[in-house]
Amino acid sequence: MLSNIGNSILFISAFLSISIIYLANKNLKVSNNLIIKNIYQLSLIQSTLIIVCFFTLIAAFIVSDFSLVTVYQNSHSMKPVFYKIAGTWGNHEGSLLLWVIILTIFSFLFLIYNKDHPKKFRLLTLIIQNILILGFLFFILFNSNPFSSLSPTPSEGLGLNPILQDPALAIHPPLLYVGFVGSSIYFSAAIASLIVNYSEKSFSSSIKNWVLISWCFQTLGILVGSIWAYYELGWGGFWFWDPVENASLLPWFAMTALLHSLIVFEKRNLFYFWVIILCLITFILSVTGTFLVRSGILNSVHTFASDPTRGVYILLFLSLMIFSSIYLLFKKYKKENYNLNQNSKETFILINNWFMMFYLITVLLGTIYPIFTDALTDNKISVGPPFYNAIIFPIVVIFLIFMAVGPKVKWIKNKFEDIKVYFLILAGSIILNALILVFIKSYSILSNFIIISALFLIISSLKDGVSAIQKNKFDLARIISHTSFGFLVLFIGLNHIFSIERDYNIKVGETKNFENYSIKLEKLDLKDFPNYKAVIGTLEINNNFSNEKNILKPEIRIYDNPKTLTYEASIKTNLLKDYYLTMSNIDRSDYYNIKFQKKPLMIWIWISVVMIVAGGFLRLFKNAKYS
Amino acid sequence: MKLKIFLIFFMFYTQSLFGIEKTIDPNTIHKNLRCLVCQGQSISDSNSDFAQTIKLVVKDLINEGKTEDEIYSFMSDKYGEWIVFKPQLNAQNYLLWILPYIALIFGGFLIFSLVKKRQ
Amino acid sequence: MRNTVKIIIFVIFFFVISVFYISLTRDVNYNTSSLINKEVPQFKIAYFDKNEFYTKQDLIKNNYTLINFWASWCGPCRVEHPVLMKLSAENNLDILGVNFKDKKELARKFLKDLGNPYNSLLKDVEGKQSVIFGIYGIPESVIINNKNTIIKKFVGPLSLDDYKEIKEMIK
Repeated sequence: MLSNIGNSILFISAFLSISIIYLANKNLKVSNNLIIKNIYQLSLIQSTLIIVCFFTLIAAFIVSDFSLVTVYQNSHSMKPVFYKIAGTWGNHEGSLLLWVIILTIFSFLFLIYNKDHPKKFRLLTLIIQNILILGFLFFILFNSNPFSSLSPTPSEGLGLNPILQDPALAIHPPLLYVGFVGSSIYFSAAIASLIVNYSEKSFSSSIKNWVLISWCFQTLGILVGSIWAYYELGWGGFWFWDPVENASLLPWFAMTALLHSLIVFEKRNLFYFWVIILCLITFILSVTGTFLVRSGILNSVHTFASDPTRGVYILLFLSLMIFSSIYLLFKKYKKENYNLNQNSKETFILINNWFMMFYLITVLLGTIYPIFTDALTDNKISVGPPFYNAIIFPIVVIFLIFMAVGPKVKWIKNKFEDIKVYFLILAGSIILNALILVFIKSYSILSNFIIISALFLIISSLKDGVSAIQKNKFDLARIISHTSFGFLVLFIGLNHIFSIERDYNIKVGETKNFENYSIKLEKLDLKDFPNYKAVIGTLEINNNFSNEKNILKPEIRIYDNPKTLTYEASIKTNLLKDYYLTMSNIDRSDYYNIKFQKKPLMIWIWISVVMIVAGGFLRLFKNAKYS
Repeated sequence: MKLKIFLIFFMFYTQSLFGIEKTIDPNTIHKNLRCLVCQGQSISDSNSDFAQTIKLVVKDLINEGKTEDEIYSFMSDKYGEWIVFKPQLNAQNYLLWILPYIALIFGGFLIFSLVKKRQ
Repeated sequence: MRNTVKIIIFVIFFFVISVFYISLTRDVNYNTSSLINKEVPQFKIAYFDKNEFYTKQDLIKNNYTLINFWASWCGPCRVEHPVLMKLSAENNLDILGVNFKDKKELARKFLKDLGNPYNSLLKDVEGKQSVIFGIYGIPESVIINNKNTIIKKFVGPLSLDDYKEIKEMIK
């Protein structure tokens, strides 16, 4: 029954999309400046229907309707309700429905919130957005239908991979999707603007809030994904430069570049084509990421069930998007007259974009290079953390310095009067770094540079903040985001430098000593839980220096549906450090392998990212207030 | 006087900067080797039979006095380049290592040319 | 100038898309093929029952050698065992069994129950020797010709098809 409802709604939505495209196209030829009511209504009905459709799928998951293939493959009647619901978007088919929801809602909101822009531009944006919606609806209907039914109905589902049963992972996909599917709206707007030659300053006001929204959510999504990886995957890191992680980072770089260059476009009407290119690239990268992840051509920690026919469809879609973007760009490109001074805010924002593109190209290249070597030379290679660390981190140092100086520079033309101040700040940063070095621990030269430049950014942003408050004219959003970015780099750097990691094979009752710690495996308990069994270790960690005692209880879990073994890290967090402990069994032996990590300032890394996003939201509220 | 303080500070600084002893940390090596039987994990993160074997062999190789790079090339001789997370700098991978910097230089050149035009 | 840029961009675009397309249809399973057609590296593996070692020099006596890594705790090893038994009838082929991270009694019992196809039986208690042959998950087998070159590697249990292939190879 639910299958029929869902399928009918999907068909109706596809039909609505076609009607909207038809009506909008007809309305384009009418020369007054009003969009006919029907289009608004259809667009509203469309997004409502898709939401209803999604709730139908959620209902199917809640009542465990195993006549649906998707529910059968990804759920289990014994699963807690929360994870049944989260399971709706935890799989390929359901998550595609989430795609379409965001596509339609953004399409509708863009239509009603941009009444003061030219009619042609709005209608064309709507048409292009609906072509995208239609493309995804066809994909859902004919390839990845969440409502495909199964007969006879199985009595029990296969269950959801237990490492995906986690609160962080339940909210991670929706956040990330608002981010990168949200970028579709400025993709459509950019194409529309190219077609109707809408290149005035005011174009920026039609998209800037959408860019901000998607950027904020993308950042949050990446954050939640990292937190999940840290808690759940058990290696104690939060970023592995894994293809799937890279796929979420690529659009982020493009969005961040766009966010900044839009400021220039809005103020000085410069870089129109560059802004358009960034709009296009952001969504193209989002779809590329989806392609890489879902088609299964990459090996990754985060596996999705993959299927080559999906890959072919997304690839076709992607090539059409890229092809038409390039074609339009070439057709409409006009030489712009630049009027830049080397010491102007414009130049510094260009420099921001320059670095963002560098990061983007590096990560993109690292992600897809193995595909090329494999296909062309039959030689599989791995591009992992050492590559990215070697290429990216040295450049971060220069980036942070520019980031500290840039915002202070005035528009059009600027004279550096306060160069002395920067030297003082730099000296201060070097001294601070030296203090850490001398009193705590020494570290590599590159780490020194990174810490110094991060401190430089933090101090100068804070100083900016203070002097701006005195003048009562300041951009709080920017100061918060930039300072927090400095802190983020600083904390990641310190965390990296001062982490301790030890692993031992240990038996019950044994004690291991290292540095000023001792660690003892006191006992092992076997416990039964509703959907898994667990071996729970009790380990006492003793800091002999400060006499601080901590009990950590890592687990080995044996899940029933589907049968899987997972290792749960035990984490003790406080403001200064995390203790992170994982335990795993060694086959054919009564020893257990434990891995102990001390990760300083872990929580501050998360907080910094939250603050970066807070800056984004603050800017968004400000924009909303003044418009 | 000022100069003296500065010099003392500078010496202290460089001393602690370059005073780091270069020992091979097996864990760094484990982190840079892929566990072939696992889903995208490194040897360091895995406890599979394969990972345990590799850890033993790495330990032996370090004791034999092999350098980090020699250990990586030993591993990729046996298991292919796939096992090493750091792509080797060979003819096949030149593009990978160099293209980002070419892009960086090209971008810098582009900005420079835009700014210069005005003057 | 603009046309050149145009052409370059479109060429890159088609190139990337076609590589992606080719990759979609490729087998993603990993095979360690880097040792094939190379000379056997130096090795020294202890015999299972005596305090002596089997080395690379001992290989020269054989026409073809199949080195098979196995253990009693490994399920697929049980599956491939009948194939090994069949291969042991071949005169042209010496089968070298390397018992991998196993307990002695269990390994003995395994061979007693299922038969012993091995011309020589060796042991690799810590698993370190397996790395020399690029083994990453047993059962795996390596075939070596009389010129001491590795000619083929089998990952996973040997099947009847593999049996035919090996027979063809050692003719």
